[in-house]
Amino acid sequence: MSPALTLGVAVVLPIVGALIILALGKWPNARDAAGIITAGVLFALVLRLVEPIRAGLRPEYPVLEVLPGVSLSLKLEPLGLVFALVASFLWIVTALYSVGYMRGHHEKNQTRFFAFFALAISGAMGVAFAGNLFTLFAFYEAITLCTFPLVTHHGTPEAKRAGRVYLGILLSTSIGFQLLAIIWTWQLAGTLDFRDGGILAGTASNGVLSVLLILFVFGAGKAAVMPFHRWLPAAMVAPTPVSALLHAVAVVKVGVFTILKVSVYVFGVDLLGTLASTMWLAWVAATTIILGSLVAFTKDNLKARLAYSTISQLSYIVLGALLANEMGIIGGGMHIAMHAFGKITLFFAAGAVLVCAHEKDISRMHGLGRTMPITFGAFFVGALSIIGVPPAGGAWSKWFLGMGTLEAGQVGLLVVLMVSSLLSLVYLLEVPVRAFFSAPPEDAHRGDGIHEAPWPVLVAMVITAVATLALFLYPGPLYELMNMVVN
Amino acid sequence: MTAHLPVLQVIIPLLAAPLCALARRGRIAWGIALATSWTTFWIAIQLLARVRSEGPISYALGGWAAPVGIEYRIDLLSAFVLVIVTGIGAVVTPYALKSVEREIEAAKIPLFYAAFVLCLTGLLGITVTGDVFNVFVFLEISSLSAYALIGLGQDRRALTAAFQYLIMGSIGATFIVIGIGMMYVMTGSLNMADLSVLLAELGPNRTIVVAFGFLTVGISLKLALFPLHLWLPNAYTYAPSTVTAFIAATATKVAVYMLLRFFFTIFGVVFSFDVMQLDRVLLPLALIAIVTMSLVAIFQTNVKRMLAYSSVAQIGYMILGISLASVTGLTGGILHLFNHALIKGSLFMAMGCVMYRVGSVEIDAMRGLGKKMPWTMAAFVAGGLSLIGVPLTVGFISKWYLILGALERGWWPVAALILAASLMAVVYIWRVVEVAYFQEGPGEDSSIVEAPLALLIPTWVLVFANFYFGIDATFTTEVAGAAARSLMGLVP
Repeated sequence: MSPALTLGVAVVLPIVGALIILALGKWPNARDAAGIITAGVLFALVLRLVEPIRAGLRPEYPVLEVLPGVSLSLKLEPLGLVFALVASFLWIVTALYSVGYMRGHHEKNQTRFFAFFALAISGAMGVAFAGNLFTLFAFYEAITLCTFPLVTHHGTPEAKRAGRVYLGILLSTSIGFQLLAIIWTWQLAGTLDFRDGGILAGTASNGVLSVLLILFVFGAGKAAVMPFHRWLPAAMVAPTPVSALLHAVAVVKVGVFTILKVSVYVFGVDLLGTLASTMWLAWVAATTIILGSLVAFTKDNLKARLAYSTISQLSYIVLGALLANEMGIIGGGMHIAMHAFGKITLFFAAGAVLVCAHEKDISRMHGLGRTMPITFGAFFVGALSIIGVPPAGGAWSKWFLGMGTLEAGQVGLLVVLMVSSLLSLVYLLEVPVRAFFSAPPEDAHRGDGIHEAPWPVLVAMVITAVATLALFLYPGPLYELMNMVVN
Repeated sequence: MTAHLPVLQVIIPLLAAPLCALARRGRIAWGIALATSWTTFWIAIQLLARVRSEGPISYALGGWAAPVGIEYRIDLLSAFVLVIVTGIGAVVTPYALKSVEREIEAAKIPLFYAAFVLCLTGLLGITVTGDVFNVFVFLEISSLSAYALIGLGQDRRALTAAFQYLIMGSIGATFIVIGIGMMYVMTGSLNMADLSVLLAELGPNRTIVVAFGFLTVGISLKLALFPLHLWLPNAYTYAPSTVTAFIAATATKVAVYMLLRFFFTIFGVVFSFDVMQLDRVLLPLALIAIVTMSLVAIFQTNVKRMLAYSSVAQIGYMILGISLASVTGLTGGILHLFNHALIKGSLFMAMGCVMYRVGSVEIDAMRGLGKKMPWTMAAFVAGGLSLIGVPLTVGFISKWYLILGALERGWWPVAALILAASLMAVVYIWRVVEVAYFQEGPGEDSSIVEAPLALLIPTWVLVFANFYFGIDATFTTEVAGAAARSLMGLVP
């Protein structure tokens, strides 16, 4: 199979997987096995794309022309490959985890759940390999729509409300800002292709392009830059695997990925550095970083705290893109992977606590570490990565982001990064510290029923935690890929 | 034979009408209507293919050459509209069989199909003819039969709705005939091509200006341009399901075609837009229609009425494209003519399925239908997504061109309004989705099951078309673009 064709297959494969899952709905074991196998095959496919990229190839797969000059087409480039690798690998792990979680938690409508899950992954692959803005937008919207049934999975009034916020914010930003920006770009540049060095340079005045950049950054509502972040905490009503893979990895990373991609391949780093609104937006991202961390402090519900932590961390990547220098882009791209592994571990652990101890609130997790040591151990590792200290992978991306701020001459932004890391140190480590070092509360009616999580859950958690550590020791391949983006 | 296709396009349904009326049994009448609608669709496709390869077709009726005789003239725009109208007819007629048997008493069914085929005749006649008085005649044929069709609705309010439409429609038709009369007085011609030459020589004479005014108001009434849309919501709400789907997808489209024909072909772009500054009237009205009618749609409790208000808003999009008076804008308007027919056709047909099983299209009646009628509601959601303008649906294609047209003129607030109205569409479509999927139906009513295939298949054919022409829009954009260029007086 040629690399170009592989791109197409990678997008279609999860859709086929979804159909198989629907067909096997009556046999849960076969269905879940089909899900895991699809995920495994997908990762293997994406892995095969590493070689062509290293060889300097940029294969394209034109699907069809929708309008004259506007086509659906896929194109392989290093940034997209990083995202696709992360999303497809973590899908395997999440598929495994979901089996344990959904059964342990006795969720209903599991077939529908797994089918839409696979469709959302197909959307993520489409975004990762999009060859132009139109293709990216089409898959971006597809993801929003495919994840709506996942967010509202429980069908409760609360889920319905959350679904409204979710769809409301994501569609308003994408249709209201992003689509406008895309059509405007088309009108200015006459093309929507992603090209090295960008397509917008010299097409309009600095003022117009500045406005366009603002539209793009806020239009990627999935990046949850404040004030368009409310959908992410709302989406936490979904079952935990959705929060873990989609709302810590696939969906939210699609948002920041869009911003990175637009910065590098539509505006171009050089042009970006000269725009009036770039630094202004960088400070909006910085504000999101700090405020997200501060709000995370106030949340006692573990998933809500993690959601705000995600909001804060996503803006690291947005900030990296807007620094408009090599270090910033490299740091931002690496943070896509680093944050993904760290945050998914945290969510896996949160879900395990929910399934086994039926606890959602941090204040009620005293002493749980003694019965669930692996869960909270994994949580600890994930937290280290988010904070950005060795021996976890997050240390590297934060290092490059810090370098980027200095290169841009913005010491203020460096201070923001430092302060936020300190804040996350406190709000994240509080959880394992309570679990390991405090005695259980007296009113807790905990029988002896609490035990470690089911084995698929544990295996998934351990894999991501180990990967987090491994990324600290071997960041080389990731750095190499990101270096190809800027050079 | 092929030389006579332009006239056969009209004659066949015209002759089929009395045959339907004579048929004693509903099914026979339906068979005749089905054969007619499929034949006309086939003819329309042939005509479009011929126009695309050989250029406009001129057909002298009875061998009398224009301007003395009546000329049927089919250019790219009319051929495109013919395909839309007959295509919708060809999909709606199979759907009609079961839906009509459920909603209309058996004795009236043959007459129903007679009126249906007559309505088709009128709409096609308006589109093929190159003679302005002929336009008026066919307009009356289509309108009178439409009043009858709407009046056949189950609800007694259908009668008042039809009466309301009759009054408003007659005023509109009168205005049009007055305008045509004035043009005839000044030029002595009724042939469109002839008129356009004579009017250009005459210049902006006061009588012509008044005729222009009468025609603007008359046609606007027919196409339900805000604020002349008052007849539309009731008519769409209380008409039988089949009629709503057919009329919503065709009648207003043909009225928009009339607008294009009169203002671009007969009066010419220069007179209409530079001298009369038509865009200054149409643009604000279109924008008001888009925003206010979308807003009104959000607060409706009857889903058909909601879709009716949405239609008025969508007509605003078409008029907006026209009022941009540029090739891109006009392309967007003409594209939306086609695309909106597919969108509203599929949505109203899905509602017809609900009507068939549940007997009501109030929003409360939708509770739990997501589980009980999964295919029907899936069709509604898919049509809704197209209405919203999600990429890879036809709604997206129209919006693309309209926004591009607005940006070309530098009117970015207009572009923003178009997008804002799409978001309002999300709200009103999602109200139905939430009720259908998140609320449990009242008790276990085992009679509510999935609609029969006879209804579902035609509905899904249109849904499929929504995606097909949204994924590969090269054909529609090419035809609409070429039609727009020729209307603007540029070489296509």
